[in-house]
Parts: sequence; C-alpha cells; structure tokens
Amino acid sequence: MATQPATLSPSSERSFLQRIRSGDAVAHTLTGMAASTILAVTILLAYHLWSGSSLPRSAFGWSFVTGSDWDPVAEKFGALPFIFGTLTTSLLSLLIAVPVGLGAAIFLAELAPRGASDALTFMIELLAAVPSVIYGLLGIFLLVPFLQSTLVPVLVSTLGFLPIFQGQFFGVSVFSAGIILAIMIVPFIISVSREVLLAVPQDQREAALALGSTKWESTWKIVVPYAMRGIMGSVFLALARALGETMAVTMVIGNKPQIATSLLAPGYSIAAVIANEFAEATGNMHQQVLIELGLVLFALTVLINGAARLLILSTKAGGK
Amino acid sequence: MTKRFLSAAVAASLFLASCGSSEQPQNLTGAGATFPYPMYSKWFSEYQKAHPLVQINYQSQGSGAGIRQVTEGTVDFGASDQPMTDEQIAAFQTARKTPVLHFPTVMGAVVPTYNLPGVTADLKFTPAALAGIFLGKVKKWNDPAIASANPDVKLPGDDIVVVHRSDGSGTSFVFTDFLTKVSPDWAAGPGKGSAINWPVGLGGKGNEGVVGLLKQTPNSIAYTEMIYAVQNKLPMGDVQNAAGKFVKASPESVTAAAANMQMPDDFRVSITNAAGEAAYPISSLTWLLVPQTIQDAGKRQVITDFLTWMLTTGQGMAPALQYAALPAAVVEKEKAAIAQIK
Amino acid sequence: MTLSFRRRAVNAVMLTLTGVCTFLVAGVLLVILGYLAWNGATSLSLDFFTKLPVPVGETGGGMANAILGSAKVLLLAMLIGVPIGFFAGVYLAEFGDSAYSGVIRYATDLLNGVPSIVIGIFAYALVVQPMKHFSTLAGGVALGIMMIPISLRTTEEFLRAVPVSLREGAMALGASRSRTIFTVVIPAAKNGILSGLMLNLARVAGETAPLLFTALGNPFWSSGWLQPTATLPSMIYNYAIAPYDDWHRQAWAAGFVLLVLVLTVNVAARFAIGRGSARGRS
Repeated sequence: MATQPATLSPSSERSFLQRIRSGDAVAHTLTGMAASTILAVTILLAYHLWSGSSLPRSAFGWSFVTGSDWDPVAEKFGALPFIFGTLTTSLLSLLIAVPVGLGAAIFLAELAPRGASDALTFMIELLAAVPSVIYGLLGIFLLVPFLQSTLVPVLVSTLGFLPIFQGQFFGVSVFSAGIILAIMIVPFIISVSREVLLAVPQDQREAALALGSTKWESTWKIVVPYAMRGIMGSVFLALARALGETMAVTMVIGNKPQIATSLLAPGYSIAAVIANEFAEATGNMHQQVLIELGLVLFALTVLINGAARLLILSTKAGGK
Repeated sequence: MTKRFLSAAVAASLFLASCGSSEQPQNLTGAGATFPYPMYSKWFSEYQKAHPLVQINYQSQGSGAGIRQVTEGTVDFGASDQPMTDEQIAAFQTARKTPVLHFPTVMGAVVPTYNLPGVTADLKFTPAALAGIFLGKVKKWNDPAIASANPDVKLPGDDIVVVHRSDGSGTSFVFTDFLTKVSPDWAAGPGKGSAINWPVGLGGKGNEGVVGLLKQTPNSIAYTEMIYAVQNKLPMGDVQNAAGKFVKASPESVTAAAANMQMPDDFRVSITNAAGEAAYPISSLTWLLVPQTIQDAGKRQVITDFLTWMLTTGQGMAPALQYAALPAAVVEKEKAAIAQIK
Repeated sequence: MTLSFRRRAVNAVMLTLTGVCTFLVAGVLLVILGYLAWNGATSLSLDFFTKLPVPVGETGGGMANAILGSAKVLLLAMLIGVPIGFFAGVYLAEFGDSAYSGVIRYATDLLNGVPSIVIGIFAYALVVQPMKHFSTLAGGVALGIMMIPISLRTTEEFLRAVPVSLREGAMALGASRSRTIFTVVIPAAKNGILSGLMLNLARVAGETAPLLFTALGNPFWSSGWLQPTATLPSMIYNYAIAPYDDWHRQAWAAGFVLLVLVLTVNVAARFAIGRGSARGRS
C-alpha cells in the first residue's frame, strides 16, 4: 500500500526516498507491534498469576510452600506435597534419562556411521513428538500393568531393603510417573547432546587417540568434558519439560497429596492438582491457591530455562 | 497447497457459522456431578432427539465444579449431589444478583465396591467397618471388622487399597455425610464435605476415574454411584442400615430410604442413614442448580421445558439406569417450583 | 600389560553399553508405536470418524465431533499464534539488533517455557471468565499463545539462513528494505517457515491440559466458535480414565489417529526442512 505513488510530486528523488522510508517504517512498526504483543502477553500472564493469587499470598506467605496440609474443607493449604511430587518425579526421570540418553548420544555421535546415526536420531526425535496424553494412555494400560507384574516385584525382591522401594505398590505411583517422564524427556537429551558432541572439533579426538587413548578414553575424558556445558543445557531443558508435564503424570501418579519416602507410594504434582481441581475449586481461596501453584511452577521453569539457555549459549560461544 | 487448505478451512468455518445463525438452535452448557452423569447423558441425548434444535451439553466434572461454574456464570446450570451450603447460596446471590434454585432430578445410591481377586460373593459392611477402612484403621481384608459380618466368605490377608475421589465430589459428600452420621471417629476426623482430606488411599477423577482406578488395582475398595458398579459388573457390598439390616442398593431400597423424607421448600434434604428396614442407608437425591432469573428468553424456555420433560418422561428412564424415580409428591412440588424461573 | 588389558576391556564394555542405551531407546519407541498401532488399528471403525459419542455406558458411537472440534481449535490457534509469531520473527531477524529485541527474545523464551497447564489458567482468566462461557475460542486462544514462541523462532531462524547475497542483490536493484524482506527474503525462506508451521501445529495438536478448562467438552456437534467443543486429546483423557471397555477401545482409536496425524506431519515437515535448508546453504 505504502509503495504506491500517492502523490504525483515532480521532485521525484525526494518522494522516492520518502516512499522507501515510509515503507520501511510501516514494516518496522507492523513487525514491531507483533513483537510487542509477545511482550505484552508474557507480562499479562505473569501479572495474572501474581494478582490472581493475592489472597493466599497474604494469608499464608512463605508457609504456603513449606506447609504439607491440603484440606479444602478447612481452607488450609500447604503446597509442599505437590512441590515434593513434582521435584521427585522430575529428578527420578533425570536419573533414568540422563545416563541412557548420554550413552545413546555418545553412540550416535562417536560410534555409529553417520547415515545410521541420522536415521536413528530421526526416529528417536519422533518420540518427542508423541503427545503427552498418549503417553498417559500407554502409562495406564501398558506401563502400570508391566510394572505391577514384572519390574516392581523384581525391584522389591532385590532392592527391597532400601526405604525407597518399600511399602505397598498400587501401580499408580511416583515411580510410574518418573518412568513415563523419563521416556518423554530422553529424546531431548539425546538429540541436543548428540549435536553438541558432533560439534566438538575433530582434532580433539585425534590428539587424544594419538597419545594412546582408547576410543572410550578419548570420548569420556576429552570429548564429553569439552561438550559438558551443552549436555548440561540439554538436561536442564529436559528438566523444565518434566516439571511442567501435566497429562501423563496426572494419569499415573495416584493423585494423593503426601510426602512418602517410598517411590512406590502414590503422590501428586503441581500440574496434576491444577488440572484436577482448577475448574471446581468452590471457594475463592481454593482457586487462588491453585493460581499460586501455577505461579510456583512458572517461577521454577523460568529459573531452569534461564540456566539451560545460559549453558547452551556459553558452549556455542566456546565452541566457536 | 497450503493456500488451498486455508481457503477450504475458511470456507468450512463460514459454513459452520452460517449453520449457526440461520436455524437459531439453542445451546446450553451445564457442568457438575458425575453421580447422575449416566442418567443426564441419557436424558440430554434423548431430549435432543425429541428437540433436534436443542443441544444441552453436560460435562461431568464433579459437584464442586457444578457449584463453582454456575456461580461464576460460565455454565447455564450446575449439577450437584450436595445441596449448596448457606454460604455458597449467599455467594451465588452476590455474584449473579439472583437466587439459585435446587431441582431434585433422581435419587441414587453410593455403593462400596471392590476389586478382590478370588472373592465373588457380595460382602456385607457394617458402618463401623466402612469408617474403619476409609480412616485407615482397618488395614487388612481379613480384619475382624469385615470378617465378622461375612462369616461364609474366605477373605484374603492382603492390604486394603482405598480409592477415593481426587476432585470435589457430591458422591464423596453423600458417602462422608453417611459416615459422619454413623461414626463418631469419622465426625471428629475428616468430617463431611465434597473435597476431603483423606487419611488414606488413591485419588481418581470423577466416578468414572475412581472405578477405572479400582479396576486397575487389585485388593482395592472404593465408593461409587451404583450405576458405575452395575455397568462395570463390579460387586456391590450390602450396607447395614439404621434398623440393623444389611441392605443391597437398588432403586427399590433407595425409594424406601426416601419414604419418610420431609421435603423442605428449597428441596435441600439429606436421606442418608434413613429409618426403615428396607432403606438403603447411603442414598441421596441429586440436584440441578438453576439461577432464578435467566435473561436469555430462549435459554429460559429450554430450561423450564426440559425440567418439565425430566419430571414426566424423564423419570420413566431412571430405573433402567439403576436410579430411583422421585416420589410423586416431590414431582408435584417441583412442577410448582418451575414457575419461579423468570 | 594388565593395565592395557583393563583399558581395552573398559573400552569394549563402555562402548557396548552406549550401543545398548541406543537400542533400548529405539526399542521403547518400537514398543510404543507397535502397541498403539495394534490396539488403535484393531479399535478403529468407520463409526469412529462419522458418529457422535453415545450416552455413558452404552457401546458404539464415534468421535466425529471431536475431530472437527480439534480442527477448529487448531485453525483458531493458527490464526492467533502464527501472525504474531511470524511478524515478530521478521522483526527480530530484520530489525532486531536493538536492546528491545533482546527483551522480546527473553519474553519469548519465558513464554515458551510456561507449562501448558498454566497457559490453561491464563486463557480461562482471559477468555472464559469475561465472556462467561467455555468455548472453542478459548481453546484456540490457549493453543494460539502456545504457538507464538515456536512460530517466532522458526521464522527468525529461516530468515537468518537466507544468504546475504540475496538481500544485497535486491537492495542493489533499488528495492527498499521492506520490499526486499517481503518479496525476496521471505519467499526464499518460505519452505522452511511453512514446515516450521506444520511442526508447530503438530506439537499443539496433542495438547490436552490447556483445553480442560477452556474448550471443556461437548457430546454434540459444536456450532460456531462460542460454544464448548470436544477435542481429540481431551476425549482420549476422559475415555482413558473411565471404567468402560468400549471407551478404552475408542481412546486407543483416538490415540492412534492423533499419533498418525502428528507423526505424518512431523516426518513430512522434517523432510521438507532438510531439502529446503540444504538448498539454502549450498
């Protein structure tokens, strides 16, 4: 629109320049407005979480995150069981996914022929595209029965002396949620770690091998430390995803607000309690408490995403 | 190709929008109790067949959601198996600037049901045994509290897995209302309410979720609306009533529980632990929550018409789904109350 | 000698272990796909695509309304999320070297990290409460917000991948900056941006949590945009946790349909990006 000659000015040189400038200005403003919308949405979201939870923030203060009673009848709300459940399931999933994911990334980056590696990575990255409600579906009907009939009896008979593998196993549990999360985040770890491993300069490997290292030693002592910050970044990104995951966790965690030492016991997570109770919270306090839980979750993911981004950025800078 | 897809999508949306405006259909949304969900789901489906232009979308999210959403005004009506408390009614008045009306729809029973491999007999439960199990004091299936009422059944020594609701639930209210009346321990402990601080157990969402979890979990026990146990071919325990008799839940025993009911003008009444030898003790009415003033004339028409239909044609469908029809006196009283909707 | 033997043994064991890890993950993938494909394919029927859900506890029926509902929610999400993300991406790629663009990048990262359930709370407050109605629109807004960050990032990334020589050529011919961007740079990055859009759509197509208290659900056809609507992911959730075998069957069928859609789009878009970026780089 702006590039159409609106005036028939004879001093063509000036108007030509103006035209260009005004066209650029329009484009600049238009795209700038879209960019500002994002800023506005983000601020509005943070503001809503903050202002929407003013009641419990003034009523409970910090005791909200340290209290462990969740009693909607008496309007006593402590978020610790949910924070605990979110952290335990996420950490458990990292404990499983990081070694497996790093191992697979090393194999794909260092050992497998490039063609096979690309094909396998492509397949594994598809795992990341599976919607979480489908993981929940598989969790209920495939994973939980498998755990109940096979894995957990074995674990209990071999590692049952550990407090984390004691007590009754109902199928739905913190353990089940951790495993589902591990399956969900492992593709992230593999795909990002493989990329940073591939970015390690070839001369690093050659130098180590020339000094008489085995393949494993050059990989583990030279290549992996070189790529360490990038790998850590992938772990943080995976952690952020695990913390906020809702559906798959809700479907297998057991939805019980308690802090248990045993992983086999049911638990609850922040995201799951919001999904279950938000639409039906009868009192204002109850609803605002759930918004405050959203705020806690938001703050956690902001922190972790920030850490991840710093790490990845610093490796990129270091790699170049 | 993308352009073609986009234009097709736009055309489809225009088509949908035009459908919407030309025929003037009525769309109502309700949310709430899962206890009567099979009944409501059937009713709204049948009602839509009889009135093709009227769609009543009912989402079973729990009684807590029914009360919350109707108070917020995000749904046209709510549904609950727990009458609204005086505070909730006051909050509704403040938020919506109009009173809320309770309309009983059917009566149902909350049954103890269990997934106990190897036990096919219907167990008998005393009120003390039920309270003990859900308080976490009765821990094993062969505990004397259960075994003494079931001398003929060989009970396993496994741990009892309690399954309860994770959401705000009228079914929980009915069940805990009963436990509060029969067990001093329960009354002094968790108390009655739709969202309970449960001493033990796993949480499932909705009656559907509780029964789903029960079926996945051996040695578990749960409470649920009768129809969910029947549809899933689960055993239903007999419960000892106020007269000391063990009674099985059925539309008849629920009707018996309502025999001596004194219906107040606002229809808020509890029929748990009712007197009478044949009365099933964990029975309840379930209510639709409707604002007294409905601005939209079309919606008002649909709601009053549906309520009338529900009190006549609808009642006949109740026994097939294991609900008890309302007593004739209540139906007459409600028909008069429909006129209050303005 | 023994040292060297130990080192060789460690080498062999550890390298084997990394292979085991890889095939463990690949194995999980195959089990998941296989199990879902088996259960899904055996549960699918024509009714699934053509019929409405039946009342609770009855068998039969389908999810035709949920399929259309998902399509409508996604269309809205695209209309909301893509333009904002696209233009903001253009801004960052072409005008974005100020401190302000650093702020925008940071906000985008924050928004991208917000858990989907929190987006649900936000959309509830933004649309459902003021409009006093659960609706397709509210679901579209929730998913639309989720689409913005990725839409921005893919746009920026693919615009930046366009060779500088193309821009210089256009500018040398006398085109203005904006003209260069909209007639030369963006068309050159078109394939990548469109593929990114498809991946983005596939990602939000499976989102359930933000729809629970926005789109709500609906057993009937949802007319227009202001009525609640059923969607495939929320139907999977509701049917999976319910106790009815026939609902489980339909949940598998829905999961299968959703997964096939999502994976097909992913595979197609990745191949398109692979081709597009290879050409761009050469």
